[in-house]
Formats: sequence, structure tokens, C-alpha cells
Amino acid sequence: MLNYFPEEVLEHVFDFVTSHRDRNAVSLVCKSWYSVERFSREKVFIGNCYAVNPERVIARFPRVRSLTLKGKPHFADFNLVPPDWGGYVYPWIEAMAKHGINLEELRLKRMVVSDESLELLAKSFPNFKSLVLVSCEGFTTDGLAAIASNCRFLRELDLQENEVDDRKGQWLSCFPDSCTSLISLNFACLKGEVNAAALERLVARCPNLRSLRLNHAVPLDTLQKILTQAPQLNDLGTGSFVHDPDSETCGKLKNAMKKCKSIRSLSGFLDVNARCLPAVYPICTNLTSLNLSYAPGIYSNDLIKLICHCKKLERLWVCFFIKLIHYTYFFSGVPLSNQGLNWIMQILDTIGDKGLGAVASTCKELQELRVFPSDLYGVGNAGVTEEGLVAISAGCPKLNSILYFCQQMTNAALITVAKNCPNFIRFRLCTLNPTIPDAVTNLPLDEGFGAIVQSCKGLKRLSVSGLLTDQVFLYIGMYAEQLEMLSIAFAGDSDKGMLYVLNGCKKLKKLEIRDSPFGNVALLADVGKYETMRSLWMSSCEVTFGACKTLAEKMPRLNVEIINEGEEIEASPDDRHRVEKMYLYRTLVGPRRDAPDFVWTL
Amino acid sequence: MVECEKLGFEATELRLGLPGGGEKSNANYGKRGYAETVDLKLNLSSKEICLDQSDLDEKNLNKEKNLMPNCATDSVKPPAKARVVGWPPVRSFRKNVMAVQKKSESEEAEKGTGGAAFVKVSMDGAPYLRKVDLKMYKTYQELSDALGKMFSSFTIGKCDSQGMMDFMNESKLMDLLNGSDYVPTYEDKDGDWMLVGDVPWEMFVESCKRLRIMKGTEAKGLG
Repeated sequence: MLNYFPEEVLEHVFDFVTSHRDRNAVSLVCKSWYSVERFSREKVFIGNCYAVNPERVIARFPRVRSLTLKGKPHFADFNLVPPDWGGYVYPWIEAMAKHGINLEELRLKRMVVSDESLELLAKSFPNFKSLVLVSCEGFTTDGLAAIASNCRFLRELDLQENEVDDRKGQWLSCFPDSCTSLISLNFACLKGEVNAAALERLVARCPNLRSLRLNHAVPLDTLQKILTQAPQLNDLGTGSFVHDPDSETCGKLKNAMKKCKSIRSLSGFLDVNARCLPAVYPICTNLTSLNLSYAPGIYSNDLIKLICHCKKLERLWVCFFIKLIHYTYFFSGVPLSNQGLNWIMQILDTIGDKGLGAVASTCKELQELRVFPSDLYGVGNAGVTEEGLVAISAGCPKLNSILYFCQQMTNAALITVAKNCPNFIRFRLCTLNPTIPDAVTNLPLDEGFGAIVQSCKGLKRLSVSGLLTDQVFLYIGMYAEQLEMLSIAFAGDSDKGMLYVLNGCKKLKKLEIRDSPFGNVALLADVGKYETMRSLWMSSCEVTFGACKTLAEKMPRLNVEIINEGEEIEASPDDRHRVEKMYLYRTLVGPRRDAPDFVWTL
Repeated sequence: MVECEKLGFEATELRLGLPGGGEKSNANYGKRGYAETVDLKLNLSSKEICLDQSDLDEKNLNKEKNLMPNCATDSVKPPAKARVVGWPPVRSFRKNVMAVQKKSESEEAEKGTGGAAFVKVSMDGAPYLRKVDLKMYKTYQELSDALGKMFSSFTIGKCDSQGMMDFMNESKLMDLLNGSDYVPTYEDKDGDWMLVGDVPWEMFVESCKRLRIMKGTEAKGLG
């Protein structure tokens, strides 16, 4: 009967179907639904830019207005992928310009974006409204200037954690006086200065501005002036938060904050004088999101004081940075004994856990928590332990997403957490020593993670760490039915581990493995599996060239890329040689043509 | 079953019937320990070792050799912070930002070489205050001696390494505070009153705004 509905009706119904997964499902029902759907889809999501090419996307979705693209594999975030690997956005912008696509929105993650791309983007799409760049690189403030100058209806410029070269060209001043449409402006990741007066004028003429995140070069007095002009803000990222706390400026700032009754999200504090923090207390009561993870200047006690005001918090990112830098000398100028050091470390650990205890008792609405490592390379090994995590799980029953870097963990703690919080969708645990066993029993952490996957039936993303045997993967394969992404490092004993996962996790989309003893048997056991997944990354494992070649031969719709760094550029390497880095992904368009010399697609 | 008793978590134990009747291996859990992996990397390819962030205190690496991460076993000794590429998995952007911030923090802490650092010193019961330039001294002992001369009945307590252990032993600290000895305290940059001696000397000079020598009986609330 549905075939008798005119297409307009179908289209109207499909308007209510927004998620790309649902749209994909709709398009598989029958030919006419496929046809109606493809002409009406405006937002296209491409999880791997090399799975398809721009021409095919444009051919299928000619009315696309919003494009989301992801480029490099996730482990590129941690320096495991060499520069120049790929992920260029230029061909996409070029193709869309050529085909007259009415592009309004571009969202990129882990892609290489050149100034040329940004200039082409700015000049080719008169209705362009929204640019979101996350973890991208390759552009400078000149590219931003092109966007600011040319995109007359720009609503959103959101730059998150990108590596941007500063060309000192006053890009922000390039927004013309006629630009009044900005809703969201985030330049927190930029290193250079912007003209304060230009910034203040820009904010003053954009009455719809809701989200503003400044970089560390914007001083506190500018912030104060901006807030006075924009009390309607929902989301604020402060720049530098350093000033004489007794000054008139800080007083004015506090008053301006009091008038900002809509701020629900707060971040920044890239430089901070903790004594200025009370200025933000007026907005804390209504905050739902707080990101202090770039604020090492807020020491634990001040952090606790701040958090105690934030009872409605749903999302919290912190790092417990320790104030004291040099711990070797104490009191008398005599170097500390080990015993003395241990005593101090215990106190610091408690500070971290105490902070989390404060969160647990205050933030009952908390859903997402990220605790970043406090001290990556320094003297102290302080941070948080399993106690903090247990406290959070007990105090925050709505918790569903966690990223937790910690000194140590125990199975007992994980089992308790699993019982307290069965609603985890994302669970990422990272022990600073990647193979540390249970801190109390000295056993592997298999049982702890097993409890997590067994209890959290909706778990979609999992990262494991600590000492782990094949057993944990057996549990994951058995219980993690909804798991879509799994990250493994320094874990497992044999191919069995990887096999348990590949056989058990039916919804697995992304699997990334490093430094684990999984080899050819696991890789080749079920080659068809990889077409049901977006990608597989394996580095420093036991997989050989021969096996990768076999896999590539059997599966023409996979790109099996070997990343060779250094001296191994032989014409035909021995099949028995171990492969250092392998990245494979399903694709409709065969080997990519922009791969550099050190990447071989088999 | 042996495994379960070892763990002691009978109530929460996950019971799984493994196909093929496999059992949990009693294998040496240190099989692919972090230490071994890092050694492997050191042998195979020195490029794997991350050589960035060199400004972050080479000296600290040596100090860390005495510092073991909290590991329940003594037999697995992690190497002295040999850096494995990409661990801990923190985005380079974040790592770089933290490194810069940490650097400027330590620069600021060391910066206090220029100028004097005069602070007021009050002593309970004394009729007037004094001023000292903290930059004139290099250790707590020196300061103690100088203050002792200023306020002749003043004592800071033992300052040698045994005294340090005393301070770390809570009951001994209570003895000291309960006695009629005076206890030195100071107001730090945050406005908090702190017990003198907890932090390294340089940090103390940096953060001390004024000194107050309290009667031992009043100082019980601190520390």
C-alpha cells in the first residue's frame, strides 16, 4: 500500500527521520523508498573519507547541504600515524564546487585542511553557514581570514583542538561590519592574539551569539566587556583568567556574570589565577557542562570549591594537576627518602580522589565524566586511583560515559562500578602503566572488565588497559552485544583473544589494537567480518606480510594498507616479516590514489 | 576453581562454561609485561621511543628511577619511564598545551631570583613585629636561626632529617604542638594559614606573604 503514496508524502515522512543510520535503513526498504530518500537527504555522514569518493556521494545525494567527514584513524591522535598519511579535504570541496552543490555545513574530524581548501570553500558556496573542524591540521589563520571575509551568512565557526599556524594577520578583523549572523564562535585552540576591539565589536553586532570560546590570548578585561555585551550566551569558554582578584575589573566581571543567566556550559581557564574563580560562582548553579581539563592552574582545593556550586552538572571534564613541582627536597634541604616520597604520593592521590568524592556528593545529575592524567612526565606519579571511580559510581547513578586515566585499578573496584552503573554507553579506562595488574591482588584485570561488559548491556564503546589475558576478550565476545568500538593495547596472550572478539561482537564497527600478540590465525579466520566493519587497525602485533596479502586478495572491497616507516622500503618484503602497522577498511572505490610512498595498499 | 579462591570474590565471580573445557591458565601473568615490551622496542627500533618533550626535565627522569609506580609486585620492575610512543593515549594537542603550561609554571617558580622578599613576622606575645627578607636565606634552618636571633625565645623545632621524620609521624607532631614550643606558620598567596616546612624552600619563599609564630597549643588545628 505504501507504494501508492505520492512521493511528496514519503518525502514529508522522511523529513522526520534524521539520524543517518535510520536514513540508511529507510533506503534499503525498496527501490522507490531508496529513490525518494536519496533526493531528500540533506545531511550526509561519511565515517571514513576513503570508503567512498566525492563523485559517488554527489551522484547519490544531489541535494546534500551538510557533509560530515572523518579522515585519519583514531590512533593518529597518539602519533601512531605518520604525517602525510592522507585525509585531505580539498578533493571533496573541489568536487562539490564543480557540481554546484549548495553546501551550507562542513564538519571534519582528523582531516588535513589546507588554506587553499578554506579559500575555495569560502568562495564557492554563497549560503555557507557552518564550519566545524575537530583535530584537523594543515591550515593557518590566513585560511580563517578567507572564511571570515567571504562567508556572508556564516553562523558557526567552531575550531576544536586543531593545529593551526598563526600568521598574525588579524583574521578576526576580517569579519565585515555586515556580518551579524554569528551564533557560535570557538577559537580556543588558536595560539595567537586577536584584536580585542574587533572582537568586542563583533560580539556586539551579533545578537544571536550563543556560544563563544576564546583563546588564552584574550585577557580577562576583554572577557568582562564581552560578557556585558552578550548576556544571552549559553556556552562560554574563557580565555586567560588571570587578574588581580581585588581589582575593579574582577568586580565588574562578577557583575557581568550575574547577568548571564543563560550560560549552561563553561570551559577554558587556560591560564588561571584561582583567586579570580569566585567570579564565576553566580553561573555555576545552572551549569550542565564544565570543562576544566585545560586548567592545571586550578588546584584541587579550589576545584572542589568550584564544583560544590555546580549541582546540575551533567558533563564534567577535569584533570587533577598537582601544585607542587619539585618534590625531591623537603624542609631541611636533605633529599627525601623513598618513604617520604611515598607519604607525599599518598596524599596527592587522595587529593585527586577527594576531588572526585566532592563530585560524587554534589553532581547527582552527572552523565559524562572525563578525568585526564595530572602529570604525564613529571616527578610525581600522583593522580586518581580506583577509589575515585568507585566514589563517582556510587554517587552518580546516571553516569553513562567515562574516560578515566588512573594510577591503578582493581577488579573489586570495577565490579562495584559495574553494579552501581549499569547504564554505561562509553567506558574508557586507561592505566598510566599499560600493563599494571590489580593493585591489591596482583592478578589481571580480566574479571573487572568482564563485570563491566556483563552489566552494561548498552555498552557501545570500550577501551581496556592494565594487565589483561585472553580471558577478558572471551568476556567481551560473550557479553558486549552492542559494542561498536573497541580499543586494545598491550593485552592478551594469543590469537584466541582477538578471535573471541571478532566472533562475538556482532555490531563491531571499529577495532584498534596495538602491541598485542594477535597474529595471522586471528586475522584470517573470518575475512568476511571486515566488510561489516568500518575499519581495523593493528600495530606492533604478530601479523605478517603474507597474511595481509592473502587477506587483500580474498577481499577486493577492502583496502589493506601497510604503513612502512624507516628502512623497510624493499621492493618485495619477505612474507614472513611482521607488519609494523596495518590499517584496513571497507571501501567502494578501491585503493586510494593519494597514498604517500610509505603506505602500500596491497 | 583455584582461581576463584585466589581472587576471594566468590559472590561476584563470573562463572563461564568455556567451550572445549579450557581452563583459565595459571600462566605467568608477567608474560608480556610493559617492561618487556619496552625492552623489545628498545632492541628493535629506537625510533619507537618518543623523544619529544625534552624540555620536561631530564633530571626528573633520574629522580624517577627511585619512584616506582604503585605496583603490587616487587618482581616486575617497570623501567625508568622509558617513553612508549602514544602512551598514555592523550591527544598530541592536549599534551602540547599541558607541556607549555607546565613549563611556564616551573619557570615562574624559578623566576623568583630577582628582588627581595620582605615579609612581616609576628610572634604571639611579642610587643612588635619584625620584617625579614626571605631571599637572604637558602634553607628553613637558616631562617629558623635568623628568627631565633630576632625573637630569642623562639624555636622552630628540629630541622635535621630525623626531625623531618618526626613531622611526618603524626603522633610526634602532636607532641611537638602540645608542648610549649612555638610553631611557625605563614600566610600563603591564597590567604590560607599554613604550617611552615611542608613545601620545598623555594616554593615557600614564592608563596609566603607573612609569617606568624604561634604558640604550640594554638597551632593544633593546622597540618
